Amino acid sequence: MPVNAANDDPEKARRFRDAALPHLDDVYTLARYLLRDASDAEDAVQECYLRALKHFDSYRGPAMKPWLFAILRNVCRAEYARRASSATETIDDVPEKAEQTPLWSEAPETPENQILRARDASAIRRLVSALAEPFRETFVLREIQNLSYREIADIAEVPVGTVMSRLARARAMLRSAWLAEQEPPK
Amino acid sequence: MTCDEAEILLHALIDGELDAGHAREVEDHVAGCPRCAAALRDYREMSKAVAGADLRYKAPLELRRRIEASLPQAKVPSRRAVLRGFAMGSAVSAIAATGLVAIVLRHDDESRITSEIVSAHLRSLQAGHLTDVLSTDQHTVKPWFNGRLDVAPPVIDLTARGFTLIGGRLDYVDARPVGAIVYRRRLHTINLFVAQTASTETRTARTETFQGFNIRSWSEGGLNYWAVSDIAADELAEFSEKFQAAMKTSAG
Repeated sequence: MPVNAANDDPEKARRFRDAALPHLDDVYTLARYLLRDASDAEDAVQECYLRALKHFDSYRGPAMKPWLFAILRNVCRAEYARRASSATETIDDVPEKAEQTPLWSEAPETPENQILRARDASAIRRLVSALAEPFRETFVLREIQNLSYREIADIAEVPVGTVMSRLARARAMLRSAWLAEQEPPK
Repeated sequence: MTCDEAEILLHALIDGELDAGHAREVEDHVAGCPRCAAALRDYREMSKAVAGADLRYKAPLELRRRIEASLPQAKVPSRRAVLRGFAMGSAVSAIAATGLVAIVLRHDDESRITSEIVSAHLRSLQAGHLTDVLSTDQHTVKPWFNGRLDVAPPVIDLTARGFTLIGGRLDYVDARPVGAIVYRRRLHTINLFVAQTASTETRTARTETFQGFNIRSWSEGGLNYWAVSDIAADELAEFSEKFQAAMKTSAG
């Protein structure tokens, strides 16, 4: 038998296909937001599914979607590292300092009487994509993928408290950006 | 509660992650603090806008194919096994063997298409991408397909007959663009896939079941039809009968 006999098991492949492929759009969506590049996202998703198949035998939960997300996240970190060595973009988790910046640094600028205007999907996508990591990741997992704080904490391998502060920061930044782009009310 | 604490906890309130006691505390603080109240209002608005805008992306078909292709194919071994059986000197004559191989291959082909049809149906339900053109009016849906497909799929309003037309979509099956006409029966979705076929023979409808979905397929007038849904087989049969009957009426 070939060396990777386990991966050639058609029955396993069928179970994997049924369990994992329905989440393809969700995994691809997360990859798009994490990597902000369509073709990098495609590569990362394909790699994610290869790794997932390889480890499918030992998969015992959590739910399939968060499990795939955790794998994808690891794939993306490798991609971040590659980018970091070739470009200037910082990657990885935020430096300690950014995480600890008090929320007040941006919040007081937000006027109480200014109302958020409706925006179309592409405008919101752009605002979300402009968020810095890891706030973008937390925001996307919560608001677009509808995961619980616990699930997000497990995927990002941080305490729930960190998820909460990142989410608070993400929404505060998004709110400021959202309001900043509007014409001031006449 | 201070604003500092509330600033973090009001997110947990929005997300339904707060226990009743803390939720009460945050609400009390917000009631007396205009600044936190404005923030809460905006965050709720934002969450609503994000949820309503569908910010998800749809995986490119090419990516889906690449991943499917990288998986070990369940059907290959069985076909190989059959072929190997012949190669090992079975008594079956060469002519019979050819016929049998053709049947095996053809059956493989059909089950692959069935599985693709079901995948396309599942995708349409999951991706928030059920329709490209959303309309209950057949005269809006039908022209929408013009220029997007080689064929003009028949779009028939069956609302009066218990199946509501809700729109149309361009989809891919067997690596070719096909028209998908979307109907609703109570809360269930029916996708009717229509693709061109080289053969003009009429094939009467038959139902098969795949991954819990019923698929009713037939051929008529150079078109292949597949109706897929999770409704019961007899209801799906009713759908295809009414569709075919309405086709005849509109043609005649």
